[in-house]
Amino acid sequence: MKQLIPSLCLILVLMSFQTQPKKQVLIKPKTAVVTAAPAAGMKAVLLRGKAVYLQQCLACHQADGGGVAHLNAPLNGAAAVVGKDKEKLIRIVLKGMKGVDIDDESYNNTMAPHPELTDQQIADVLTYARNSWTNKASAVSAAEVKAVRAKIK
Amino acid sequence: MKKIIHCLSVTLAIISLSYLTAGASDSLKVTTPAGIVADADNAGLKLPNGFSALKVAENVGKSRHIVVTAQGDIYVKLDRVVNGKGVLRLHDSKGNGKADNITGLGNYGGTGITIKNGYLYASSNTEVFRYKLNAKNEVINLDAPEKIITGLGTGQHPSKSIVLDNENHIYVNQGAYSNSCQEQDRTLGSKGKMPCPVLNDAAGIWQYSADKLNQTQADGVRYGTGLRNVVGLDWNQQTNSLFVMQHGRDQLFQNWPEFFTEKQSAELPSECMYEIKKGANAGWPYIFYDHIQHKKILAPEYGGDGKKEGGKDAIDPVVAFPGHLAPDGLLFYTGSMFPAKYKNGAFIAFHGSWNRAPLPQEGYYVVFVPFKNGKPSGDSEVFANGFSGLAQVNSPGEAKHRPCGLAQGPDGSLYVSDDAKGTIYRIIYKGK
Repeated sequence: MKQLIPSLCLILVLMSFQTQPKKQVLIKPKTAVVTAAPAAGMKAVLLRGKAVYLQQCLACHQADGGGVAHLNAPLNGAAAVVGKDKEKLIRIVLKGMKGVDIDDESYNNTMAPHPELTDQQIADVLTYARNSWTNKASAVSAAEVKAVRAKIK
Repeated sequence: MKKIIHCLSVTLAIISLSYLTAGASDSLKVTTPAGIVADADNAGLKLPNGFSALKVAENVGKSRHIVVTAQGDIYVKLDRVVNGKGVLRLHDSKGNGKADNITGLGNYGGTGITIKNGYLYASSNTEVFRYKLNAKNEVINLDAPEKIITGLGTGQHPSKSIVLDNENHIYVNQGAYSNSCQEQDRTLGSKGKMPCPVLNDAAGIWQYSADKLNQTQADGVRYGTGLRNVVGLDWNQQTNSLFVMQHGRDQLFQNWPEFFTEKQSAELPSECMYEIKKGANAGWPYIFYDHIQHKKILAPEYGGDGKKEGGKDAIDPVVAFPGHLAPDGLLFYTGSMFPAKYKNGAFIAFHGSWNRAPLPQEGYYVVFVPFKNGKPSGDSEVFANGFSGLAQVNSPGEAKHRPCGLAQGPDGSLYVSDDAKGTIYRIIYKGK
């Protein structure tokens, strides 16, 4: 069930992982040593998040995070995905969603709720979505997911 | 008779071979006005020998269905309003095939558009309007349409494709507001509702009067049912009956991994052409058609395992194509410009798939199916390809253009709309 990672996609992601630390080094050389440890931790989170993405999200939201016109909302560049309101984002994963309008385009397909995913899996996949393609936003933690799940119940 | 594309790559290979020999016995009839010249690159399309293409217009907005008048003007139904207009009229004042005068009407987005008996009919996702045309097929009063149907439901398949018969009935698609009528839509292992309530007010084609005002669904007749979603449809003048293209259900693997592999889920269910006579049932959500087994298969939501058959009361498809290609346009060709084999055959615009991962996406082309006496008479072939601008589409957002609507011009030209970038294509035949 977890096999079948599109190889091109994997290569691109691996390439982006390789280039990210270099960028940080160039921008902030003095803090390179300090950021090295979180970057390594982040790398593991993103790899775990990608695994969840391939299994649960890819079919609709696509390898490029672009979604599908008329049907499935894009994640790449979407305000709700990279925005500060993490609770809203976590709620969408836990409760699903019924169609949404973004930038003058309707996305009509239902998104299934995914309460079966663990707090850690949701945190990982949201962190992945917030830091893939052109997205760059803060990580989501398992504790944040746990807090939202508690509110819903 | 079910002629099926078993393997697209093989079919494509056969077609490319046929390009080399096509047209040899065709006459040199040139019925297109002399001023119409194909674009040097055939508008980016790959076509059989003797055919060429031009872009009539570009970037006009997300163009869903289209219709061409006897004078050669094109009415385009836009998915979303552009500058306040949801219907465009494309006029070519110079006679060179390029639209140089574009005007608009209607303040609603939508999909359906057609002309019949002196009226232009157009639909939003909830209503159907009509506009009286003058002798030149121009809308007489742009701002005063008659609302003939109102209050139609929407949901995840909101397009209201429309077509008329010859007895002043209009047929309107009412897509299912569900993927497969599960208790929880698109959710892992969720069972199907029994009986499926969506069939009561959706998942079918409703027939209405073409000239009564303010009809609601209750005034219509459920003409055909068990159709998950129909975007491409046409009235076949030879058989005097309705033909539709169904969009098959999604996510066999994602929701039922114990019964289907990802690859099976990419190929199934078939995208089917049905001939719909009054009262016909195509079987959704209880069954789906499998073009590999040539069987109606019980849906997993209703106890199926990918092998058990079902749907004894459901009609068989006329043609079955591989899964998820998204047939958005259907046109029976009645023109005389194209060679004889095309007469009365079906053109189908496949919008292109989104859920065939991990396989590459498929579709993004116009297919032709030859017909004889109202039945398919040969294999399907890809007629016009290259809309996506890519050798392989992995995600639909990558495609530069996506074919959606089809229309026939008065000279027999075939028009194709694109709802990604808003290009209107015109395909012509000039022989060798």
